[in-house]
Amino acid sequence: MSARSDALAEKRELAGEGVGAGWFRLQHKAAPYLFVAPFLILFLCFGLWPILKSLILAVYATNGPKSAVFVGLANFRFLMADPDFHTAVRNTLVFTCWSIFFQLPCALGLALLLCARWVRARELFRLAFFSPNLLGQVFVGVLFSVLFVPQYGLLNHLLHALFGIALDTKWLSNPALVMPALVLTSLWMYVGFNMIYFLAALQAVDRDLYEAATVDGANGWHQFFAVTLPSIKPVAVFVLITSTLGSFQLFELPYIMLRNTAGPDNSGLTVVMYLYNTGFITGDLGYASAVGWTLALGMLVVSLVQLKLTRAMKGVGD
Amino acid sequence: MRPNALQLAGRGVVYLALALATAAAITPVLWLVAATTKGPDDLFHYTFFAPRLTADSYRRLFTTFPFLRCLMNSLFITGTTVIVQLFFSSLAGFALAKYEFRGKKQVMLLMLATMMIPGQVVMAPLYELIYRIGLVDSYLGLIIPGAVSVFGIFLFRQSILQVPDELLHAARIDGCSEFRIYWDIVMPVSKPMIGAFCLIGFMGSWNNFLWPQIILHHQERFTLPIGLNRLVDLYQQQYGMLMAGTLLSVLPVVILFLALQREFVAGLTAGAVKG
Repeated sequence: MSARSDALAEKRELAGEGVGAGWFRLQHKAAPYLFVAPFLILFLCFGLWPILKSLILAVYATNGPKSAVFVGLANFRFLMADPDFHTAVRNTLVFTCWSIFFQLPCALGLALLLCARWVRARELFRLAFFSPNLLGQVFVGVLFSVLFVPQYGLLNHLLHALFGIALDTKWLSNPALVMPALVLTSLWMYVGFNMIYFLAALQAVDRDLYEAATVDGANGWHQFFAVTLPSIKPVAVFVLITSTLGSFQLFELPYIMLRNTAGPDNSGLTVVMYLYNTGFITGDLGYASAVGWTLALGMLVVSLVQLKLTRAMKGVGD
Repeated sequence: MRPNALQLAGRGVVYLALALATAAAITPVLWLVAATTKGPDDLFHYTFFAPRLTADSYRRLFTTFPFLRCLMNSLFITGTTVIVQLFFSSLAGFALAKYEFRGKKQVMLLMLATMMIPGQVVMAPLYELIYRIGLVDSYLGLIIPGAVSVFGIFLFRQSILQVPDELLHAARIDGCSEFRIYWDIVMPVSKPMIGAFCLIGFMGSWNNFLWPQIILHHQERFTLPIGLNRLVDLYQQQYGMLMAGTLLSVLPVVILFLALQREFVAGLTAGAVKG
């Protein structure tokens, strides 16, 4: 393509089409570099450099941005021994499990309900399910902290009417109930978002496959496991991994709902909250980098394991 | 083929489930809207709307707290960030999609590699950098790091790849400069992607909490998430005012979404289903 344009510019030059011909060729040659340059400069300074720098910082103990002392792997050793970090990891993993084994099946279920051909007003339902995702975690956190208010809150009244739970159930100050409250809130926020992906995948499944399965005498369950699941697998794996990575980075929701604390008995402490509290509240940027890289490593390992497991499961569907 | 009685009953159950799920999705928002119209005595007395409507919560929100200032800060910071993101990412995405040049492969590989690394890893060194260049507690300290969107580059590269080369050649024969080609041909053709990108970028910047929380110190520079968090801290029990602040904070995103909805859903799922 560029060769053709160069030849074109040359032809113009030979034909003596004015003084602009040389400029025309030059701007064509320089264009891609000039187009990439503004982004690349920003990226190198504010994207790549901090990543490299964080590798160095991770082996330093710092007191704000001004002083740094080399400590080797002491940051990581301290991290591994810190009971608060263990709590943070445990809470984050529990939350992630709820996302994977509770929220994603709900999202798939909603998508299955919506994907039948005869469903009317599908767009409207889809919009309704998706809409909570427009609200940022901070705003959802504030809203739900009020919905969860004991005695008066909407949720307690609803659950009291439906299941007879006590009206003064203290969701956000009872350590045992903090996690359920977070799971419910994030279910409300994200189930529609994940449903959109499942729905798009379901609608792309080849209809002939279902017909063939029906001819073969497969019932609904058989069809689901033999046709639907294998067909939507690439999207399902994508949703699984992105929602796992998202869950690993949980921070704003508990931080806001628990009024900028880790909750009673650290029941709402997550890894990113731990990073923020230890790194930025106390000003140890080196420690924050060490926690960040530990989190990144954890995310990488878990995604790889998920990819491996889902690849291994291929045989079940086929 | 007309559905039989059993199928009809099945459809009824599906619609019932869909209706329940819809109710669950919109009830909290409905409650939020209603809560902003009630006085403190009516707030929990009536489940949703009370017979007496009042704008008192809004009045207190604007008079007791610099809420308007936070709103303006958020609009300015988010608007600037999205425009810079859009311009830089689409320009670079265009170059990566339609030109061959030295270092192209390396640049793309580098960007792809950094995409895997979560943002929290770079928080500390980024803070150090922003501190060194004196941008702590400033708008620029939010806008400049926020303008780097590797995700946006790949989004644009992917969509611009589908622009036919003939279109670009024709423009070159007519003597269009490369920048004119980008501005007058590539950008208009990419309109759906621009819509999706603007919404994603807007939501990301608008809802951003951790980074502004780290670098902003003075109330007059607070964005909405930071301001609202402070508001909750100051007026824990004044639910009406808190809810008014929450509603006004989410309203701009909702308006933008309704305007760009079609493009957004298409852009969101395009990559996933094809990939």
